[in-house]
Amino acid sequence: MRNIRLIARLDIKGPNLIKGIHLEGLRIIGLPNEHALRYYQQGIDELIYMDCVASLYGRNHLGDIVKAATKDIFVPITVGGGIRSIDDATDILRAGADKVAVNTAAVGNPQLITDIARRFGNQCMVLSIEAKQLSADSWEVYTDNGRERTGLDVLEWVKRGVELGAGEILLTSVDREGTRKGFDDALVKIVTAEVNVPVIASGGMGKPEDLLSVVIKGGADAVAMADILHYQRVGIREIRSIAQNACLGVRKYEQI
Amino acid sequence: MSKSEVVVIDYGVGNLLSVKRGLEHCGATVCLTADPQKILDAKRVVLPGVGAFSNAMQTLESLNLVTVIQELAQRQTPLLGICLGMQLLLDYSEEFGKTAGLGLIPGQVIPVPVRSLSDMVEKIPHIGWSELYPSSSNSEWHNTLLHDNFPGEAAYFVHSFMAVPTELCDRIADCLYGGHKISATISRGHITGCQFHPEKSGEVGLKILKRFCVD
Repeated sequence: MRNIRLIARLDIKGPNLIKGIHLEGLRIIGLPNEHALRYYQQGIDELIYMDCVASLYGRNHLGDIVKAATKDIFVPITVGGGIRSIDDATDILRAGADKVAVNTAAVGNPQLITDIARRFGNQCMVLSIEAKQLSADSWEVYTDNGRERTGLDVLEWVKRGVELGAGEILLTSVDREGTRKGFDDALVKIVTAEVNVPVIASGGMGKPEDLLSVVIKGGADAVAMADILHYQRVGIREIRSIAQNACLGVRKYEQI
Repeated sequence: MSKSEVVVIDYGVGNLLSVKRGLEHCGATVCLTADPQKILDAKRVVLPGVGAFSNAMQTLESLNLVTVIQELAQRQTPLLGICLGMQLLLDYSEEFGKTAGLGLIPGQVIPVPVRSLSDMVEKIPHIGWSELYPSSSNSEWHNTLLHDNFPGEAAYFVHSFMAVPTELCDRIADCLYGGHKISATISRGHITGCQFHPEKSGEVGLKILKRFCVD
């Protein structure tokens, strides 16, 4: 069985690691790279750095933070927030990122998905989708860190995004984000049933069992975790062993 | 002891900083360059790569680096191809029609099978951590770049195409995807290719880079 990936998501504002609820009401947690290094040493599979005010101010400020991270962190890094052009993507990849996550700019200019995928490969182009539930089986795409409605249906947009060249989907439930109520399994399920690229479930992980649920019921290929790790409520090793005990494939990792 | 020097071929796109940082972490002095002379004079050379096979070959061609890399093989300079850089070592790829590669290890590059052995549809690209195993009962990791690694250790893969060497003896390690064996590390003489990213595979990958820097 394919190994699912355990990913730490670091939402960043200026120099700080922050955490909100429904992507709002941001609270400062500390310095991002101190947390990132701890996650690396505990065996995290990947990191996502998200500049959560970038769309508002029109640019991503994570270059220096990512550059510093790559000195002693040797797992894949995805960077998102305010990536609007090939030039922005080039800069952030040159700073040491492996993939770029694009949301707001892709909605405004879907061609950007194709441009990034052609230039750097599909594997590099992560389509970030912020979803809010409208009814039992429909979700709407939001942009600007969950602030702006788009009128786009999540399923339609995800299909289009993959056709345009997205190699991976970062699927954030704005409803669940920061609530610790568990992932939106139904949302993840409709997306994983529709596309053949990996889907990262994000938003709502309150306890390790939530991970089992979104993988088993939702079909997630990877899970993004934030406050469960930032507040040190549960360690990565414990999460890994709970997944293993439930017979989910995860990377075998020995503490270094 | 003087630091080991590694030249990383800089021919455009890709996360070269991480490769550089990984090698530096292993004690190497790293030079990123596309200068043919510097590459020919190097003690060790890394050929990185992401993106499309044909683009990469065209770029290497336009920088006059194809013959330079082939010359490295003649000189027995240790050469490490990473990800697409590994695939380029082979004779040709089927990505977007047939494109000739560097021809340093006999074989071809074909798509990762979409259907698993049990006929399930697998996700493409293959992204994630997969365990490394000896390709056959004859594949010895002793005296290869995997010298310090153990079967079952996981490395980070991200790819849609895979290298298929003609000779089984060039195949050192495989991983499994959808039940299919995919070559993870190939080697012939002083040339090694890793389909996974050693610079992104934590301690497992750093051990490989360290071995490359001291070998």
